[in-house]
Amino acid sequence: MLRYVIRRVLYAIPILIGVNLLTFALFFVVNTPDDMARMQLGVKRVTPEAIENWKRDRGYDKPLVLNSAATGFAKVTDTIFWNHSARLFVLDFGKAESDGRDIRHQIATRMGPSLAIALPVFLVGMATYITFALLMALLRATYLDFSGVVLCVAAMSISSMFYIIGGQYLVSKLWNLVPISGFAGDLSAWRFMILPVAVGLLGGFGESSRWYRTIFLEEINRDYVRTARAKGLPEGRVLIHHVLRNALIPILTGAVVAIPTLFLGSLVTESFFGIPGLGSYTIDAISSQDFTVVRSMVFLGSILYIVGLILTDISYTIVDPRIRFE
Amino acid sequence: MNFAIKPVMLWTDALVFALIAAIALFVWYTNRHEHLRAPWRKVMRSTSGMMAATVLFAYVLVGVLDTLHYQRALPLEKQTAEMHYSPEVLSALDALAEPLRLRQERTFSAPFAAYAHSKETMQGPDGATMRDYPRLKFGGAHLKDPAAERPADIARGVLQGVALASLLWMLVSAVLTGIVASDRGASFAQTSGALWRGELDIPWRAVLLTLGALLIVAGPLVVLSGRYHVFGTDKVGQDVLYLTLKSIRTGLVIGTVTTLVMLPFALVLGIMAGYLKGWVDDLIQYIYTTLSSIPSVLLIAAAVLMIQVYMDTRPEIFDSVTRRADFRLLFLCMILGVTSWTGLCRLLRGEALKLRELEYVQAAQAFGVRRWKIMARHILPNVFHLVIITTVLGFSGLVLAEAVLSYVGVGVDPAMNSFGTMINSARLELAREPVVWWLLAAAFAFMFLLVLSANLFADAVRDALDPRVRAQVARPVFHSRRAGSRA
Repeated sequence: MLRYVIRRVLYAIPILIGVNLLTFALFFVVNTPDDMARMQLGVKRVTPEAIENWKRDRGYDKPLVLNSAATGFAKVTDTIFWNHSARLFVLDFGKAESDGRDIRHQIATRMGPSLAIALPVFLVGMATYITFALLMALLRATYLDFSGVVLCVAAMSISSMFYIIGGQYLVSKLWNLVPISGFAGDLSAWRFMILPVAVGLLGGFGESSRWYRTIFLEEINRDYVRTARAKGLPEGRVLIHHVLRNALIPILTGAVVAIPTLFLGSLVTESFFGIPGLGSYTIDAISSQDFTVVRSMVFLGSILYIVGLILTDISYTIVDPRIRFE
Repeated sequence: MNFAIKPVMLWTDALVFALIAAIALFVWYTNRHEHLRAPWRKVMRSTSGMMAATVLFAYVLVGVLDTLHYQRALPLEKQTAEMHYSPEVLSALDALAEPLRLRQERTFSAPFAAYAHSKETMQGPDGATMRDYPRLKFGGAHLKDPAAERPADIARGVLQGVALASLLWMLVSAVLTGIVASDRGASFAQTSGALWRGELDIPWRAVLLTLGALLIVAGPLVVLSGRYHVFGTDKVGQDVLYLTLKSIRTGLVIGTVTTLVMLPFALVLGIMAGYLKGWVDDLIQYIYTTLSSIPSVLLIAAAVLMIQVYMDTRPEIFDSVTRRADFRLLFLCMILGVTSWTGLCRLLRGEALKLRELEYVQAAQAFGVRRWKIMARHILPNVFHLVIITTVLGFSGLVLAEAVLSYVGVGVDPAMNSFGTMINSARLELAREPVVWWLLAAAFAFMFLLVLSANLFADAVRDALDPRVRAQVARPVFHSRRAGSRA
């Protein structure tokens, strides 16, 4: 097991190198630092000196990958690639271009609020969707099941933005129940959290419930289920003890991989509700064209996703004793 | 006045036409092969699928009209001078909806309003300044006393619209029944009876009812849109109905061209990886694992930011706003394609791995058929249903993704009409008193209907083409949680 985990972690390294090279190419080769400087300083009426200053302040005045002027190791280390891309591997994200703040510190402080919204949505969501899907599977081929599916399809056809806008308008503006947006660092944050969590739950409801229902229905036609019924188990017990347990494998594939990315939060939800998490950080970076922050978030996102993949494989061995990684 | 026009082919137009040609070719080919026709016959027997297809057809019609672009000639100054064309690129839809496009108010006004949405300071008839709701320039301008005449006028319009719609609907029904009758070799009356009793193989009754519902709604809107702003106007006074109609093309282009752009890569690489195995497989797997490990929103954001810099620092390449917006739309499709081909590629690889062990492929190998020929003749046709399923399933996800991306600021060009830009501009206006709801309501209704029909149609196609695949085909983009990209 440990061996398998180590091997998986080692596999992740070339992938992260690939991600790193890709973002480097995207950010520094498609557009030169000169282009970015011109963009940041305003396209017209910008002097060459201003561009040089902008580049020097941020260390973009060095060669891209190979510094032929330097000697020894500095040939490689005194370059944009080394200072801005390779350093991401040790989680040294550098400073934001727009306000000069340390990105690592920002990420550390902003993970909390992101998680405060994303984790309840994830946990309560899983429980609700699975329960609802099990109910539909229990009532399969009845009008109730059919209306459940119709509800799901309708729900998944609505853009998540409408859930947010509708929720904010109804709950906060008309009924005045909770604040429309904002966040608090202490326990009183629950007042700010209710609405984003509820909206998040609604937004994922249709797609996930229907997906889980499909999984359950696939299992329900298996031989072992027929055996369980044949020996006289009540339907509810068949569903929970047999169907649910076996359906956990495909459910886990989808769910576990998402756990690490919960840290990233949700871009739209956080920006609508003014939650100071990583999602709104990314949105702010995008709108202020802060390339360093966007690059850091891309890399961080990939790391978290790969961690999720490894966790998924490990969780398989826990729920499915047939799977062994030797 | 000079009515000469010059057709304009934008990048996305060319791709849309290529797509239409490809679909036509596909239909023609499928029609000649019985084994390919069978699943599609099943799609045509699905009631919900056919109803959804009817609605989608209406959307596609608007989208295609909006894709026929042209430039209008400017008035000639001298007879000898060469023709000059207006830089403004219009479409056939613009020509049809010209009154909607040109009758611009000053700012917000509610649906069917004759007065503006907010009070303004005006000069009264006696010269004194007062604050009141000003009359609209165009909305309800034909009424002398809007308060008294408007309800009756609207009712009259609705009646006219319904009458027109009924006429049109009866005509279509008759033509359709006639076609079906000659197809079955039965009499018109017989066929009509069978159709309305729902005894036909293909649920034409549902199609006609859907069409009827669409026409009943559309008819009054068309009639009344000549006298009122039926969906109100936006902040700069543009007719919201016009904005919504223009948004349809953007949504359709994003939903379809993205697939068209990514398909060659996914097909070639997926089949190669599965069939050739070895280092090719390793390399291709590495590429798609790397790409898919970047959360798609972030990759799209990064790429769009970069192209924005590229476009802003090179303004000379794009001579007009339309071309610029079009290029950005194309690029957005491309980058969405890059983030979504990995799922299909992985699926194709798995299927190719399975197929290469089957007897008929091994027989081909034993006969010494070349590898690329086996891939093209024996593997490709047998994985094509996966391509169709993924394409159709991905469509609605892409339409929804556009709205989110435009909100984040990495979607379509702000100058381009889209559901995303509409929502984005409308959401701040909810804070107004009295509230401006019509922008959101229009975007919601049109988007919901489009995505809902796309979902229903996709389900029908999936059930018919491959019951095994079922929901296991991951939606390529923004499969909100499972793709790890929390939009």
